[in-house]
Amino acid sequence: MIIKVEKLTKQYRHKDGLIDALSNISFAVEKGSFVTITGPSGSGKSTLLLSLFGLIKPTSGKIFFNNAEISNATDNELAEIRQKHVGFIMQNFALIPYLTTIQNIMVPLTLEKIKKNEQWERAMEVLKFIGLENRVNHLPRELSTGQQQRVAIARALVHHPSVILADEPTGNLDPALSLEILDFLKKINQTKGITVIMVTHSPVAAGYGNLKIHLSDGHLSEQKVKESVLVS
Amino acid sequence: MNIYKIVWLELLNRKSQLISGILAITLGIAVIVAIQSISKVSKENVAKKLDNLGANIMVLPQGGSIDDYYTSDIDAPTIPMDYVERILNSTIQGVDNMSPKLTRRIKVGENSIVLTGILPKSEIASKPLWQNSGLSGNDVKASCAPTAGANKSLGYKDEKLRRKVIDTLQRLDCIAGSQAAKRLNLKENSKLSISGKEFNVVKILPETGTVDDDRVFAHLATVQELLGIPNQISAIEIMGCCNAISEGLLGKLRNILPDTRITTISQIVSTQIETNQLMNKVSLVFLIIIFFVGSISMGNYMWANVNERKKEIGTLRMIGASKKTIYQLFLLKALFLGISGGIAGYIVGTLAGLILGPYLAGMVVQPVYIYLLWSVILSIIIAFAGTIIPAYMAAKIDPHTNLQEA
Repeated sequence: MIIKVEKLTKQYRHKDGLIDALSNISFAVEKGSFVTITGPSGSGKSTLLLSLFGLIKPTSGKIFFNNAEISNATDNELAEIRQKHVGFIMQNFALIPYLTTIQNIMVPLTLEKIKKNEQWERAMEVLKFIGLENRVNHLPRELSTGQQQRVAIARALVHHPSVILADEPTGNLDPALSLEILDFLKKINQTKGITVIMVTHSPVAAGYGNLKIHLSDGHLSEQKVKESVLVS
Repeated sequence: MNIYKIVWLELLNRKSQLISGILAITLGIAVIVAIQSISKVSKENVAKKLDNLGANIMVLPQGGSIDDYYTSDIDAPTIPMDYVERILNSTIQGVDNMSPKLTRRIKVGENSIVLTGILPKSEIASKPLWQNSGLSGNDVKASCAPTAGANKSLGYKDEKLRRKVIDTLQRLDCIAGSQAAKRLNLKENSKLSISGKEFNVVKILPETGTVDDDRVFAHLATVQELLGIPNQISAIEIMGCCNAISEGLLGKLRNILPDTRITTISQIVSTQIETNQLMNKVSLVFLIIIFFVGSISMGNYMWANVNERKKEIGTLRMIGASKKTIYQLFLLKALFLGISGGIAGYIVGTLAGLILGPYLAGMVVQPVYIYLLWSVILSIIIAFAGTIIPAYMAAKIDPHTNLQEA
């Protein structure tokens, strides 16, 4: 089991009182799973995704990563876990605008203080994997949206993470590009054994998951397991 | 790639901001450098003028008073001439000039005058009023200049063309104060007989409004011999550096001259110290103003930069940058702006000083190279002071900020 969530609750303070963004969510994810989180807008999908590795601090509940509790980890410890074990893919691509393709991909390795030569080799390796080796020195604005999202995937992969968190990765793409990106994620999941947890609105995208979590109003309303996924 | 390269690329990406950021520091540093360069020359000029106020320390015999020195009674106490050597041989800093002298009231005919023995070279340096009256030397005529070819055999160098008349005071030469000359009916090149010795009057001093007007000056050795008190002097007048006085020059002199009374001429010293303090205060006020203006400008620039880069900071935090890394990104940027702003500020400020100095202050300003170091240090401090709060706020940005903006 790579991730286990126990009674996760997140409340936001509002002038009318406390609002439950997440309420007593519990589930577990096996290593190598492809998890999709679906639900209507405001159901807490992104909050759940971002709470997993400390980008949002939960109000209560426990989160385990590789059987170690990380819900009480310090800010620096969580940053280190994200740096070494987690890749992020966002709807808005989250590329740094003044860095070229290769430089954007090397950022996680820079934060890990990997040597320059190794940074370059690993970045080129993932660039070839996503088929953008001819766009090495292009700035994000010089790439199409599909290419930008592939660069974001490359950046998420370059440090060999064990988990990839994807928040609406196809939200800004047309259907054809969406399928291309989803196929990429499936390929990563199947060939590299990386666990993928993806938030999506799209029923097509949701179909890629072997564990499907559906949220409504911050509650886990449904879990469907296709293959070897544990549910508590 | 490393964190420095990320900082550098970000700076290059926002060139107009980069220029305005550097400009904010450059202008501040340039103003300080220009003011300091001009005021350094001004200080030196003022120091010279302050020196012209004359001696500011008196070394008197133990138990003696300044009144004794001025009235020059026949039995006024004396101190050994060796004390001059003692000061010269010490390691004491800040003694610009010494003027040992022996004074006695004597009778010349029916008139009572004060005869003062002086060492010519040291006396002239401590008597600005004498210098102004032409005693500091007449320019040797052009025909005497070695570059003109004439009198080269004399060994004069061009820079030494100004010869001091007083330097040439002979054993039986004397200089008369204006009042003394009137009472004794003396003229230049006339003779004056004192205790059987015939002196040549080489100069009549113009009226100075000081005790010197009633005195007749002759060579110290001659006066000692004439009065029968060899190797003794009434006082040593010292021109001390006013900063050295405030840093304990008197105490140091007392240590090597224990049986003397050492006192300052307080009005002169206080004028010197007050003038220096005033100039230092003016510089300090400018420094403080520039520091605050520079820091606020830098803070404003950094604050705008943080707001503009919220999404990027969120991305970096998301992919594993710690708060410390975010802090580093902004402080490194401040360091770069500080170094470049300091260097540019030094160059602009020095050029401004060189160009404007002659117009604004009527003096030639020279580059002060040590200011480059101080400019860079001050500039880095200003840049850091303006960056600390924005960098702290940047490090506190929620990592998920990035996700809220599609």
